[in-house]
Amino acid sequence: MESMVSTKKGGQIAMHIIGILLCIACVAPFILLITSSLTEEATLVKNGYSFFPQVWSLESYAYISRKAAVIFRAYGITVLVTVVGTVSSLFMTLLFAYPLSRKELPFRNVLAFFVFFTMLFNGGLIPTYLMYTGTFHIKNTIWALLIPSLLMNAFYVIMMRSFFTANIPDSLIEAARIDGAGEYRILFKIVLPLSLPMIATLALMVGLGYWNDWLNGLYYLTDENLFSIQNVLNKMVSDVQFLKTNQTTVTSAVDVSKLPSVGIRMAIAVIGVIPILVVYPFFQKYFVKGIVVGGVKG
Amino acid sequence: MAAAAATSGRKKGIRNLKMKLALLSMMIPGAIYLIINNYIPMAGLQIAFKKFNYRDGMWASPWTGLSNFTYLFKTKDAILMTRNTLLYNLAFIVLGTVFAVAIAIMLNEIRSSGAKKIYQVLFLIPYLISMVVVSYIVFAFLSYDNGFLNNSVIAPLGGEKINWYISPQYWPFILVLVHLWKGFGYSSIIYYATVIGIDSALYEAAVIDGANSWQRTWHVTLPGLKNTIITLTLLNIGRIFYSDFGLFYQVPQNSGALSNVTTTIDVYVYRGLTQLNDVGRSSAAGFYQSIVGFIMVLVANLVVRKIDRDSALF
Repeated sequence: MESMVSTKKGGQIAMHIIGILLCIACVAPFILLITSSLTEEATLVKNGYSFFPQVWSLESYAYISRKAAVIFRAYGITVLVTVVGTVSSLFMTLLFAYPLSRKELPFRNVLAFFVFFTMLFNGGLIPTYLMYTGTFHIKNTIWALLIPSLLMNAFYVIMMRSFFTANIPDSLIEAARIDGAGEYRILFKIVLPLSLPMIATLALMVGLGYWNDWLNGLYYLTDENLFSIQNVLNKMVSDVQFLKTNQTTVTSAVDVSKLPSVGIRMAIAVIGVIPILVVYPFFQKYFVKGIVVGGVKG
Repeated sequence: MAAAAATSGRKKGIRNLKMKLALLSMMIPGAIYLIINNYIPMAGLQIAFKKFNYRDGMWASPWTGLSNFTYLFKTKDAILMTRNTLLYNLAFIVLGTVFAVAIAIMLNEIRSSGAKKIYQVLFLIPYLISMVVVSYIVFAFLSYDNGFLNNSVIAPLGGEKINWYISPQYWPFILVLVHLWKGFGYSSIIYYATVIGIDSALYEAAVIDGANSWQRTWHVTLPGLKNTIITLTLLNIGRIFYSDFGLFYQVPQNSGALSNVTTTIDVYVYRGLTQLNDVGRSSAAGFYQSIVGFIMVLVANLVVRKIDRDSALF
């Protein structure tokens, strides 16, 4: 097809120019973030954030490694929540999606609708918030970062079910049953090994969801000991904002001297992003696949 | 003989029942989660018709009829947040689709497969980052004192520094730009995957008929993309009453001066719940969002079913 669809040379060059400009647009902001975190504080105040700082400095990172136990704690929480959340989420999704893909499942259509309906209609923030805090008391517990909205969603269930329907032949299951294997054994010993690419794809998307989540922390946490790295970043923005809007009146609520400098704030943001950017190239293939499979209806 | 058959039949029946129960039992954790995370909050929407107090909680607070709604719709907030939510989503849908389809077609027309690969990898990077980090990046560009734009672009050109975070006139453009920047990689890959799937015989036939690349794009690629465009647009129209809370709250750093152009329904609901402690109006707004949002999905789907059955969601 590609040899047939030949575009003239000028067209190719024009498209590469657009492509390269877009690549710069995608990457340059991150470079600005990184150079800002590596700029000496005085230079930053004088010249502002820039791609080519006059004076480089590792001071922000040195500060973080020396002082801020908060950051490392938050980092640990992010890692813990991402790992535990992703593993639990995959288990639940797998266990829910597999039966839906089997014709023998009783009430199959009802159960499929039960999942699908959650994509069409939802209660929204207020009832969800009141239920989780009022009935389940997850405010200021680690569960707040793990459970609300992220643990399982209909979209991934449908994605996985479609994968099973398309890729696991009935005859295989039937043969295993005749050999006397139970349903759980079939799922974990036969179906699961055949589904690893799908699992990897989902793991990446769910993991990214947990790593990047800051909403649950914003809604349900006031105890800073439980903050994930995203919540710490978020808190710093709101503290600065609070100071700006209340400059004349505020006295005690936020201590100005305790706020990290601009460079340090950027350095914390960099620390939050780096693991994603490091891991991404290795999983890029799966990620694109996940987008493609999940992008259009399952 | 008949007895033996009956026993084996019963055995098979028991095995069958066991299998069904095993399959059902797998779904218990997920079902419990959906009930808690999704279905109870749906029932909880009734809070919009109650006068909420924390002592009685969501279920036992006294009924108050429609007063939360009359209270909400009397203010100009209702119109403001509806307008913002709808107009931003409209801009996102139109510009986002055009942009993503254009990029997908471009990726398809580019011959060098190495370059194609690199473009795809890099285009997705903004998608991977949380809105909090995006707000830091935006701040690095727009900060009044230290921002890249004020210090390295506007000042050298002899312009006047702009105090972006209190100048609402710029924000519709900034927010649309940030949205496109963050999302175009994702949607162009979906479209690109569809383009790759178009039967190459169609292109060959077009070439034999003497079609140039514009004509091939117009007569082969775009018709091939039609269903995907319809499906994704439909999904987006179904979400037209919802907004990315992070984009509208976090990226403008919750700046009060910008609230006229950044208050979407989600932002309003959040502010009502946490800052103003006004659960009544907030829950009325949330109810309004859920119900109208639901109707939007149904209507959008119905329209698509009329036009092209295969493209409908359900």
